[in-house]
Amino acid sequence: MTDTAERVHETVPETDRIVVRFAGDSGDGIQLTGDRFTSVSALFGNDLATLPEFPAEIRAPAGTLAGVSAFQIHVADHEVTTPGDAPTVLVAMNPAALRSELDLLVDAGTVIVNRDAFVARNLAKAGYEADPLADGTLDGYTVITAPMTELTKLACRDLGVKPRDAERSKNFFALGLVSWLYSRPTEPTLEWIETKFAGRDQVIAANRAAFAAGHAYGETAELSASRVSVGAAPLEPGTYTNVNGNTALSWGLIAASQQAGIPLFLGSYPITPASDVLHELSKHKNFGVRAFQAEDEIAAVGAALGASYGGHIGVTVTSGPGLALKSEMIGLAVSLELPLVVIDIQRGGPSTGLPTKTEAADLMLAMHGRHGEAPLPVLAARSPSDCFFVAIEAVRLAVEHRTPVIMLSDGYLANGSEPWRIPAVEDLSAISFAFTSEPNRIGPDGEPAFWPYQRDDRLVRPWAIPGTPGLMHRIGGIEKEDGRGNISYAPANHQKMVDIRAARVDAIADRVPEASVVGDSDARLAVVGWGSTWGAITSALKRLRGRGHQVAHVHLRHLNPLPRNLGALLGGFDRVIVPEMNTGQLARLLRAEYLIDARTVSKVAGQPFMAAELEGAIEEELGGLHRRDASLNGGGSR
Amino acid sequence: MTDAPVTTKKDWATDQEVRWCPGCGDYSILTAVQLLMPELGVRRENTVFVSGIGCAARFPYYMNTYGLHTVHGRSPAIATGLAMARKDLNVWVVGGDGDMLSIGANHLVHALRRNVNITILMFNNQIYGLTKGQYSPTSEQGKVTKSTPQGSLDQPFNAVSVALGAEATFVARTHDMDRAHMQEVFRRAHAHQGAAFVEIYQNCNVFNDGAFDAITKRDARPFMIIDLRHGEPVRFGAEGELGVVIEGGRARIAPVAEVGIEALAVHDEAAADPSAAFAMNRLASSVDVPTPMGVFRAVERPEYGASMDAQIVMAQARGGPGDLKELLHSLPTWRVG
Ligand code: SF4
Repeated sequence: MTDTAERVHETVPETDRIVVRFAGDSGDGIQLTGDRFTSVSALFGNDLATLPEFPAEIRAPAGTLAGVSAFQIHVADHEVTTPGDAPTVLVAMNPAALRSELDLLVDAGTVIVNRDAFVARNLAKAGYEADPLADGTLDGYTVITAPMTELTKLACRDLGVKPRDAERSKNFFALGLVSWLYSRPTEPTLEWIETKFAGRDQVIAANRAAFAAGHAYGETAELSASRVSVGAAPLEPGTYTNVNGNTALSWGLIAASQQAGIPLFLGSYPITPASDVLHELSKHKNFGVRAFQAEDEIAAVGAALGASYGGHIGVTVTSGPGLALKSEMIGLAVSLELPLVVIDIQRGGPSTGLPTKTEAADLMLAMHGRHGEAPLPVLAARSPSDCFFVAIEAVRLAVEHRTPVIMLSDGYLANGSEPWRIPAVEDLSAISFAFTSEPNRIGPDGEPAFWPYQRDDRLVRPWAIPGTPGLMHRIGGIEKEDGRGNISYAPANHQKMVDIRAARVDAIADRVPEASVVGDSDARLAVVGWGSTWGAITSALKRLRGRGHQVAHVHLRHLNPLPRNLGALLGGFDRVIVPEMNTGQLARLLRAEYLIDARTVSKVAGQPFMAAELEGAIEEELGGLHRRDASLNGGGSR
Repeated sequence: MTDAPVTTKKDWATDQEVRWCPGCGDYSILTAVQLLMPELGVRRENTVFVSGIGCAARFPYYMNTYGLHTVHGRSPAIATGLAMARKDLNVWVVGGDGDMLSIGANHLVHALRRNVNITILMFNNQIYGLTKGQYSPTSEQGKVTKSTPQGSLDQPFNAVSVALGAEATFVARTHDMDRAHMQEVFRRAHAHQGAAFVEIYQNCNVFNDGAFDAITKRDARPFMIIDLRHGEPVRFGAEGELGVVIEGGRARIAPVAEVGIEALAVHDEAAADPSAAFAMNRLASSVDVPTPMGVFRAVERPEYGASMDAQIVMAQARGGPGDLKELLHSLPTWRVG
């Protein structure tokens, strides 16, 4: 691999970044092609970020616009935090893909098409009246048209593969061609084909042949002029792997279970885009994980709570519609003061909304979506690999503070991937707690007694699990007398318990790291973000700073309780901007909490922010600040 | 289990004042359970009562064991998680007909089909008591209540039929007027490996008084209760003069003198096929006809939590216990620097 890479460096011009968008029919293997390109780029040493986009229908009619599946990847020789605003290269496997994706491409970008798919029937399905390859539609772009289907069939002809089966390998032809154009190593893909399709020799042979044919096509079709290479990025030393958010999250839960020394119980009901966490954890029973597919969302969280009551780490993972269904049970967990981790991989809503598209509009649901006063900690992950650490933090807070915790991720983080420097297991911080095994009172009869709601100085009650002699107790969702835990309808006691439940969550702020500023701390404008907007904000601010602007970035992992210093910190800025994939939910919280004029930059289009969109919005705010200064300074002359 | 200390009813009772209406059938069920527990050879700390919402769901507060009073209808789901996590516990689930057959019917049938190791006691009083008298999913059609002044329109559920249809491995019916019968059924349910379902006809003397009198009054019992005994011909009546015949998949009552003892159905609770149990239960079409009581079905099938644990053991036997470092390096990796 090193040999190839070095040779390539000698002969191929370098570029600092490319953004490739693979698009085709959902049956064309686009996601797999994108994954492979990601994997070899990661192994090659680039930094990268990805954005898979699937149609909601599993089998949308072939060749139609609704059936287009896409995968975008940003590959660079420097740190990147977004999948790229606009692709520099579009690989379109059919006319529908070209039609739906072409507008995204940068001016003078490269278009690679499977020419064989551009036949009358497919053109009609895509709504083209004339052939876009011939009518000037692609003027101004660099266009590579390869007869991918025919050349794949040809390459497979002598392998005894039926033409219809051979055709299915055409995505490997595309991958081969793109790998050649961008000087990607070939060995990892060939090896992967062997492992992935082990035992299916014909499939291996066909895919290898298609890949090789695509790779060779670049040379023979004399496309060298289009060939570029992207060098390795100067990443911190360490061992890296490429993870998506759902995998990192699942591993975080397993790590947390190991750190706490108690088994993990996952109750889950299949829902896009959260099901992959259920799938991943189901594979790891050797860690003692009980992954339980429940009959519905309510049973999923109920079983998790039951497991927590029994001394396991009860976790449930879902998306917005599921979180709505779980409300009542989460309220019970608040009342029972038992550990429970609820993970919401947000998607477009309301209702079924956009199941396969991203959005971050469940913050208010997480904060307040229960009847009665039912506060609980809320956390959000900012990048795919951050899901690992936030999952551990969620378990830590749940277990150490005996409370349900809601962790927010979203569809973009769930499926998007990035290179991740694998942390040393020894460096993961411990989760410390102990089950209660002894009575904590002397009863009126002089005998030892157990009060389930007797609290420690952090207002945390004991976790006494069934099976512990002498600590039998009865608790439930009816209001309880503080301390003793017996049913109580007393007015003053309810007031006290409501206050305690709020204070308990508030006390967690003592261990929440102070909010800190990334960028120019003496800037006048701060951008406050939460969740997956981190990448786009980081990238936009880098560009603005590169052009001489001063801007600060505060990104929140803990949304409840908020860092203690946040109010004072934000109060020091003239302008606070909050980009959100909703209509302003965090901004509303900040306004309510600190009486500051937090301003929303909103996007709810089922897609993450592009850095350029934020760059523009923030620049406008900066302009507004300058104009205000000018009018204040020159007030007399007006 | 056998090393459990000797206890009495008093050890299993709490100091909490019992808050059911005076005369409620729930009292006799509580007494039956509290009296039975010392005989089961289990420890109090290894026993958990889980409930949902309703009059019956207050039950855990009165048992000096671990107890969890949860949300309406969801107790079978919560108990499922608990029983899966903790095979060492005896998990009992207590609820009423509204809790288990209306808002929580979904969880009930799934707990039963999975065969989770829980013992479910469903108090059927054919009414909503705690909310003060609306018709329930087991109320007879035409029932006049506060929410059905012109009579209810709903076809009721027959709880035993639901449980049999859900592939339950243990299904029984008893009633609150016969402590010995209740205890015998509860004992069997407790001993069963997997999900055990017991329907208890329970009198709500405030909102549906006497609903089961036609069957459960002492003098009516010989003619109205068809006692199911495994391996024996099904017969009842003061002298055993009546019997049950199953023909063409349908059960009917016949005088033994007419059909002959050989024609009677022989009750087989262990039958793999629940058809005969189902046919038998169809006799209980309302609460004023002879009604089968006892164990309808008791078959062996792998218990859910144990099967889950077996998969864990198998996974660990194959690849050793999980190694976190290995997991974090399980996708392709590369080194920088
Ligand atoms: S309302 Fe009926 S079921 Fe409820 S406690 Fe009173 S008598 Fe018993």
